[in-house]
Amino acid sequence: MSEPVRFRVRVMRKAGLADPEGATTTKALRDLGYTEVTAVHFGRDIVVELAGDDVAAAEARVHEMCERLLANPVIEDFTVERL
Amino acid sequence: MKIAVAVFPGSNCEHDVEHALGLLGADVELMWHQEDDLSEFSAVVLPGGFAHGDYLRTGAIARFSPIMDEVSRLAEGGFPILGICNGFQILCEADLLPGALVANRDLNFICSMVHVRVESTAGVLTRDAEVGQVLRIPLNSYEGNFVADAATLDELEASGRVLLRYCDPAGNVTDEANPNGSARNIAAIADPGGNVVGIMPHPERAAEDVLGSSDGRVLLASFVHAAEEASR
Repeated sequence: MSEPVRFRVRVMRKAGLADPEGATTTKALRDLGYTEVTAVHFGRDIVVELAGDDVAAAEARVHEMCERLLANPVIEDFTVERL
Repeated sequence: MKIAVAVFPGSNCEHDVEHALGLLGADVELMWHQEDDLSEFSAVVLPGGFAHGDYLRTGAIARFSPIMDEVSRLAEGGFPILGICNGFQILCEADLLPGALVANRDLNFICSMVHVRVESTAGVLTRDAEVGQVLRIPLNSYEGNFVADAATLDELEASGRVLLRYCDPAGNVTDEANPNGSARNIAAIADPGGNVVGIMPHPERAAEDVLGSSDGRVLLASFVHAAEEASR
């Protein structure tokens, strides 16, 4: 059996939405002396493994999965990267 | 007239809702999320809890449960649908309500009584209430912070679909009285038809004096009355 095709889905909060976790971590870093830090952004990495050899089709399927379930377009953006 | 209370794996307020609606004389039945036929019901409540463990995002997986096809069908037919707390999150994920609910501004789980002011009676949650009425009901959530883009918020306000806002005990809508950072202090909204409503605090936990407040009763009574009308 062939190796699964693997993709990394990165889900990030949309720019402009309040991000209390990022803001709090920014402050903590600045308090530690890293005063050049202007922002910290949290996201989520999801690695999806798929059976099959058609990489282009697999990538299209992963995009569809993001739009339907893995990301919420109201609050999140996503990128898909082949691993 | 029967009201269904949807039960997902991880729901935990279904019995509270059943009890509170029962106090108002409603005939209530708990329905497992795998059910795909709600044709005998005139209204559905999606209760609070942590459906599917809140994995991925709150409500993200629950929205694909078979029962949600029936909820969408009933919603389109004008039947009353009420999402409370986690149920509100599910309705947003299902696109039956606009916006989303994200982590509270202070990243704390909030479990306390809050005040909300009735802003509009154009939804099945507030039709029996009076605009300006202040209600004291409990909030119990981590992801209770309502967000939406400015155009959506403007549209909600202009169309009277903001039903409740967080306020102080005197009814002033201020940033200090906003417990979780919700956009424009929004605590409850309705869809364009007014029959699909979402509320973050828990009216079912404030439906009898013995619970410290019965202010939630007017909201549940509104819903029951709307369900009665829909069943005719």
